[in-house]
Amino acid sequence: MGCGVSKSSQFNKNSRKAVTTIRAAILIQRWYRQYVARTEMRRRYTWHIFQSIEYSGQQAQIKLYNFLGYLMDNFTPSSTERNLISHIFREHEVCLDAEWERYFCYQTIEVPEVYTGPHLTFPLTVEQAVGLLEAFRNKKQLHSRYVLQLLLETWKLLRMFPNINRISTCQSKVITICGDLHGQLEDLLLIFYKNGVPSLERPYVFNGDFVDRGKDSIEILLILFSFLLVYPCDVYLNRGNHEDHLINLRYGFTKEVLTKYKIHGKRILKLLQKIFSWLPLATVIDQKVLVLHGGISDTTDLSFLARVDRHSYISALRPPKRRNNSSAGVSIDTDLEEDVWSTSRIYQRRNSLSFPKPLGPRDCFHNRSLQDFSGRIKVKMEDELESRRRRESLFQTAVNRSEKDLLSPSTSTDSTSSDNAKEEWRLILDLLWSDPMNQDGCVPNEVRGGGCYWGPDVTEEFLNRHNMQLIIRSHECKQEGYEFCHNRKVLTLFSASNYYDVGSNRGAYVKLGPDLVPYVIQYQASSLTRELTARQSIGRTERSALKVLREQLFAHKSDLICAFKKFDPENTGLVSMNDWASAVERVMHLNLPWRTLFSQLVSSKSNDGSIDYQDWFNELAIKGPNADHIEQSLLETLYRHRATLETIFRIVDTDNSGLITVEDFRKTWKLLSVYLKMEITDEDISNLAVTIDSNHDGSIDIDEFMEAFRLTDKKSRLERGRSMFMVTTTDLTKLEGELNV
Amino acid sequence: MADNNQSAEAQSDIHKKIRSAFKTFDFLSNNTVEACEINSVIYSLGCFPTQADLHAFISEVGEDNSGFIELDKFLPAMTKILLEHRFPPIPEERLLQAFEVLDKEKKGYLEPEELRKYMTEEGEPFTQEEMEEMLTALVDNKQKCVLYKEVIGQLVIDPDT
Repeated sequence: MGCGVSKSSQFNKNSRKAVTTIRAAILIQRWYRQYVARTEMRRRYTWHIFQSIEYSGQQAQIKLYNFLGYLMDNFTPSSTERNLISHIFREHEVCLDAEWERYFCYQTIEVPEVYTGPHLTFPLTVEQAVGLLEAFRNKKQLHSRYVLQLLLETWKLLRMFPNINRISTCQSKVITICGDLHGQLEDLLLIFYKNGVPSLERPYVFNGDFVDRGKDSIEILLILFSFLLVYPCDVYLNRGNHEDHLINLRYGFTKEVLTKYKIHGKRILKLLQKIFSWLPLATVIDQKVLVLHGGISDTTDLSFLARVDRHSYISALRPPKRRNNSSAGVSIDTDLEEDVWSTSRIYQRRNSLSFPKPLGPRDCFHNRSLQDFSGRIKVKMEDELESRRRRESLFQTAVNRSEKDLLSPSTSTDSTSSDNAKEEWRLILDLLWSDPMNQDGCVPNEVRGGGCYWGPDVTEEFLNRHNMQLIIRSHECKQEGYEFCHNRKVLTLFSASNYYDVGSNRGAYVKLGPDLVPYVIQYQASSLTRELTARQSIGRTERSALKVLREQLFAHKSDLICAFKKFDPENTGLVSMNDWASAVERVMHLNLPWRTLFSQLVSSKSNDGSIDYQDWFNELAIKGPNADHIEQSLLETLYRHRATLETIFRIVDTDNSGLITVEDFRKTWKLLSVYLKMEITDEDISNLAVTIDSNHDGSIDIDEFMEAFRLTDKKSRLERGRSMFMVTTTDLTKLEGELNV
Repeated sequence: MADNNQSAEAQSDIHKKIRSAFKTFDFLSNNTVEACEINSVIYSLGCFPTQADLHAFISEVGEDNSGFIELDKFLPAMTKILLEHRFPPIPEERLLQAFEVLDKEKKGYLEPEELRKYMTEEGEPFTQEEMEEMLTALVDNKQKCVLYKEVIGQLVIDPDT
């Protein structure tokens, strides 16, 4: 009797327990899945933050150069400004090859006995190339004599290559293809470690963007070039959009070289300009797979590409000079290139600035028409124009006429050649700057400011036309290091892991055998990453992204306050969460999920959910620029355009001393004020200059200047994180330059 | 009147929240999110549904031919869920209790294998991948076990009000 009763109650107990267990399990599973999803959300928006800021930085860069180019083509500004602008384009010097060789003569450079780095003898052997790898791994620096020698040999070799490399997988060779490296030596070393160094049996293709952002760009170049010299038929380099001195000025490569090579840096950079322009533009494998850095457009044609004069495009941002004999007969200023003032150039330039209206959802990035310079400039420069009535009328017609008129053949004798030049230039830009998109069609890439977005239909048509099956390109950072799109007909490959910050993304490389099926290998450099668990690494990257975002917000303080006030007509100093998000979205022009980011960016709010916006700005940063007597909006401009400003300073600093004169400083500001549509009085500028030139010796230390205007983040003062978008000097000045180079 | 204004404001705020979260996963930028990702959107809005709840919700909202869910359909359904607080967060105490139920021997911690057994065999089982991820995140490096009391504290997310 007792047994029966206890058995059933035991059974009930067990089944109750089982149910409880199941319930407990479900609860924990629910909770954990939610946590994972939240983490994924944070990863996504962190990504968006970095990417949108990066692209808008590139856009700003290109806009600036377009603007300066427009100035060049359409005005004779007063002589002081003209000199400044021509400085900016001074690199378009033409030298005969013999002169170049003399200029880059390395034989006179002596290598001191204390030098402990590698010694190179030419022709280079594979042992020396591997030795170079080892030396760089051990943080040695190659002496400038050898650098120049190596670069010279590289230049001589590259000149012999066609625009399009052609390789085959015959003899069962497997080809390894790498994407963007961006100066991250660790990643290149990791790839060579996992895959082996280049050799006759192991050919490599490197798909551009070897430099900028990372701190070892020159070392990467030297390694790639040395293997190229040893195995010229088994190492292939494609040019990327960062193999461009105008881009290098902003994104760190120029600075890196000048810092590491104080005496000969300028020469090295000059030689690299030539080398970049001689880098091939694309590689074709087995006539079936196209490898290039950016992408294609609906007008890309490989046979046309094969015929262009690639080395005349020193920078993809400026079309090459044309020896134009039939200039429009205006009076020429002697220290500028002749053709700059020719009619056809104006038309050509005009067309580069005008894009058809974009379709699709990306137009939220587009905030300033590239065409509205005329209004801006007229205000400041009109005085100077009065004396040049003829040019002014040219300018007026260029501005007032519609695009169609400008292109009509009757107006210019050089229309065909300028059309051709335009086509060529567009082709190169597209190759280096384009991105794929999911919608059909082909629209200008207004986010980056150069190249286009191309759709799956364009890929299809292109591949059919050229009888190919796959496009491998790079140019975009991908979380997994690679990504297929367009029905797996386009593969994006990115080899710089942890690009935005530690743990942000993996890198990848591809192996392609005779079957032409891409086999992807992923990796992530830095031992630190492996130790961090998933939740910790997202935290770090997220903090880094938010820090960058906070800086951006702070830099737009005046505009934001204006926008908030519109939502706060009664001047209570408070706005709702919704209105906060709307205002921020309107001002910042970054396509980010602001409402989702709200809790990360705003910590103080009152019970009813409203935000005191003035308080919020105080919370954003503990230490703003410490120049109290300088006007607020000027400071903000300064902060917002730090990268641009620094770029221009470095251009102006022609002897690379790190110092510019107060006079040049003033000129730079004036130019910038026109570009930014800001009213900056001469007095303001003088005040600024005086503050910076603290020892009153008439020159300004660029680094000190930029340092003075860095924000210190209250929350993460101890965490420096790699602030890539405001290129800071402290990263590079800490390099150990043990050598007297 | 005031009530109406307040609820209108509240609803507008909810709409904005939903749109914002939706946008983060809308990688095609065409106001659609893949059905397999929509879970993340829902979770990230502070909801704690079970898998069964999610399946029900998705079939209610409906996918298009290629397995994508449109914002237009998602927005009203999600708004309702948020206004009703249909899938409220799990209080810490309940979570602790749940772990304690699984910790049959009352050790104060769980062995990785124990957790694996429950998570992959009971309730709404994890996939291998989910399990690996959970172990990486929750297992203490030094002691090689899941110290659930600490873990609960660390993984609590800031509520997004």
